[in-house]
Amino acid sequence: MALKGLDIFKLTPKTNCKDCGSPTCMAFAMKVAQGANSISECPHMSAEALAKLSAATEPPMKTIAVGVGECAYKLGGETVMLRHEKTLVNKNLYAVFLTAEMQDDAIDALLAETVKIDYERISTRMFVECVFLKCGADTARNIEIAKKAIGLGRVPILDCADPEVAKTVVEATKEAKPVLCGANAANWEAMNAVAKTAGVVLGVSGADLNELHDTVEKLEAAGNRNLILNLGSASIKDAFANAVEIRRAALKNGDRTFGYPSIVNLAALAPGDIVTQTALASIFTLRYGSIIVMERIGYAEALPLFALRQNIFTDPQKPMRVSPGIYPIGGANENSPCCITVDFALTYFVVSGEIDRSRAPVNLLVPDAGGYSVLTAWAAGKLSAASIAKFIQEFEIESKIKNRTLILPGKVAVLKGDLEGKLPDWKIVVGPNEAIQLVKFLKDFQ
Amino acid sequence: MPFNRKPKVFTPIGALSFGDGARAVTLGGGNTLPLCFFDAKPNNLPAVGVEITDTGFDTAGLPLLAAPYDGAVTLAERAVRAANLKGVDFVCLRFEGADPGGLNRSAEDCAKLAQEVAAACPKPLCIAGCKNTEKDTELFKALGTALQDHNVLFLSAKEDNYKTVGAATALAYGHKVAAESAVDINLAKQLNILLTQLGVPKGSIVMNVGSAAAGYGFEYLSSVMDLVKAAALEQGDAMLQMPVITPVSTEAWMVKESIVSQADMPEWGDVEQRGIQMETATAAACLASGSDAVILRHPVSIEKTAALIAALV
Repeated sequence: MALKGLDIFKLTPKTNCKDCGSPTCMAFAMKVAQGANSISECPHMSAEALAKLSAATEPPMKTIAVGVGECAYKLGGETVMLRHEKTLVNKNLYAVFLTAEMQDDAIDALLAETVKIDYERISTRMFVECVFLKCGADTARNIEIAKKAIGLGRVPILDCADPEVAKTVVEATKEAKPVLCGANAANWEAMNAVAKTAGVVLGVSGADLNELHDTVEKLEAAGNRNLILNLGSASIKDAFANAVEIRRAALKNGDRTFGYPSIVNLAALAPGDIVTQTALASIFTLRYGSIIVMERIGYAEALPLFALRQNIFTDPQKPMRVSPGIYPIGGANENSPCCITVDFALTYFVVSGEIDRSRAPVNLLVPDAGGYSVLTAWAAGKLSAASIAKFIQEFEIESKIKNRTLILPGKVAVLKGDLEGKLPDWKIVVGPNEAIQLVKFLKDFQ
Repeated sequence: MPFNRKPKVFTPIGALSFGDGARAVTLGGGNTLPLCFFDAKPNNLPAVGVEITDTGFDTAGLPLLAAPYDGAVTLAERAVRAANLKGVDFVCLRFEGADPGGLNRSAEDCAKLAQEVAAACPKPLCIAGCKNTEKDTELFKALGTALQDHNVLFLSAKEDNYKTVGAATALAYGHKVAAESAVDINLAKQLNILLTQLGVPKGSIVMNVGSAAAGYGFEYLSSVMDLVKAAALEQGDAMLQMPVITPVSTEAWMVKESIVSQADMPEWGDVEQRGIQMETATAAACLASGSDAVILRHPVSIEKTAALIAALV
């Protein structure tokens, strides 16, 4: 629960000593309430007041770190239920599902299919970050498979409810900072010891939310606040209900016990049904799944899911942008004409999609236009004859492309005259107003 | 300490039925946040519609989509096949052929086709146009009269033609009408107000607040739907309490992920599977954001989406 400035003020020494850099204690308290200053900047706070304040200013949902190095990710740390309220901060991760009982060739085939998913979309690398391993009794076998995943740069999620097995497996893989799932009401003490000793995140399950709540309370009392909550595999309905109830409790109802990220195993909820798993992954991407485990993730699954995640985990105050440059479409080469648009991702996608559909080879030029749409960029002075000419010069378009035809968005036809002045070698053509008219325009144009 | 459950239950939003007699479907009436049926037993479940067009789909590379329609000659026969697909609640007949830039089928011809479909189809009907506003206005006028006894849902009335469409369908014959806006909550609300001022009862309006495929600006759609649902449920805004219908198929089957052939993009794999997953993932995301009905094309997407809705209850 956020404290108001006045509540914080009551806990300050009220001496206006200025040691914190603020003119008065009141001013300082206000800044702390806004999050601009930290309470620790006041050297005169009593220990009792500090404890009270740090508990109150603690975020409602903890940020949990998994993996190491290039494969390090953060989960949780959300402050709002929905994207538009502020922004969602830590995107969910996807995992593929393995069991120790699978044959080697099946495991290798699945991992090979998984690592094939590696591509770039709007300047972000898209790939499956984690591998979920349902461990068996054979410790060496578990370690062997987990190490395969680590070798491929994936964070292992080890599902193991036997503390003895878990201990050895985690000990052998702890450098990769895996997640250890499998703590429950019966084994939490022993599992807690394993996770704490190795310094890894512990996944907690419960038969229902009451039992889960109870176990988390015990783990917290034992000093472990590095947890992930399992949404369960009893039914699709329960898993979704748990996802919403847990997030709602943490963010809306002030229940810190549930202030942790979640994990959901779709391979258990819809076994053998990859279409339903994809639909569920889509729902959990929007609604409160932090690690989403699927039986497999091929291109058919990755393309919509990764794209959806990229959409949802964007700051609503900042438009999604593509990086400026030349984007050849439809097999375009140096002799193909150029179309110019803006770097607002939505505009880029619509325009490039329509050019694609026209099957005409076109070099799509994307200058830095502040991430605005065409008309907005023009109105804001981010898309002008001068900025286009500068882009063509900076990106050395004239040496890279021989064709000297530049198609301008119809909405900024007004730039034609100016551009002809600035780019005398080029033939400036005014294109259609709407992207949807591009197919016909490009066909007629040729 | 046990977990303290705090269900969020609201006054139900508006509900609306379309279809005549035994074939009817009810949309809306929700009293919880989207899909949160654990908070309260739902009055109605989200509905799944199947899209067919008067021109038929290009099914090259899509054998599973083509199969149910194999051997169906007339549009009415295709509509019956579509209606009988597993998981279908209603049929959306889209008159793509009316497009002046394409076949330019006349409104009279379309009306005749629609009557044949209405006579044969065992599920409620929803009529969509060709996206050319002028032609759609003419089309809906003709179809409003032609289908006067069938209580169909028209998709859609827009800012430019709501007067004619609203008058020719909902006012004249008691049809239902969708108010279409493009991912803008203010426009959505304004259009609802304008339609009600025209005399269209609140209970005859659904909202089509826009559509987008996963990855193609879906964040705008989901945020607008989140806001619409918040206004309808938490703030009780009567002018945003109409059910939401989202045409998913037209967007999902247009993006390159669903249309680039396996020959052009070997590593992407089977094109039909990609289309199914794009359509299903988008539909699920729409339902989670607040759609009370989605319109899909592929038999597999339809069956899995309907089964998922049932599994959430």
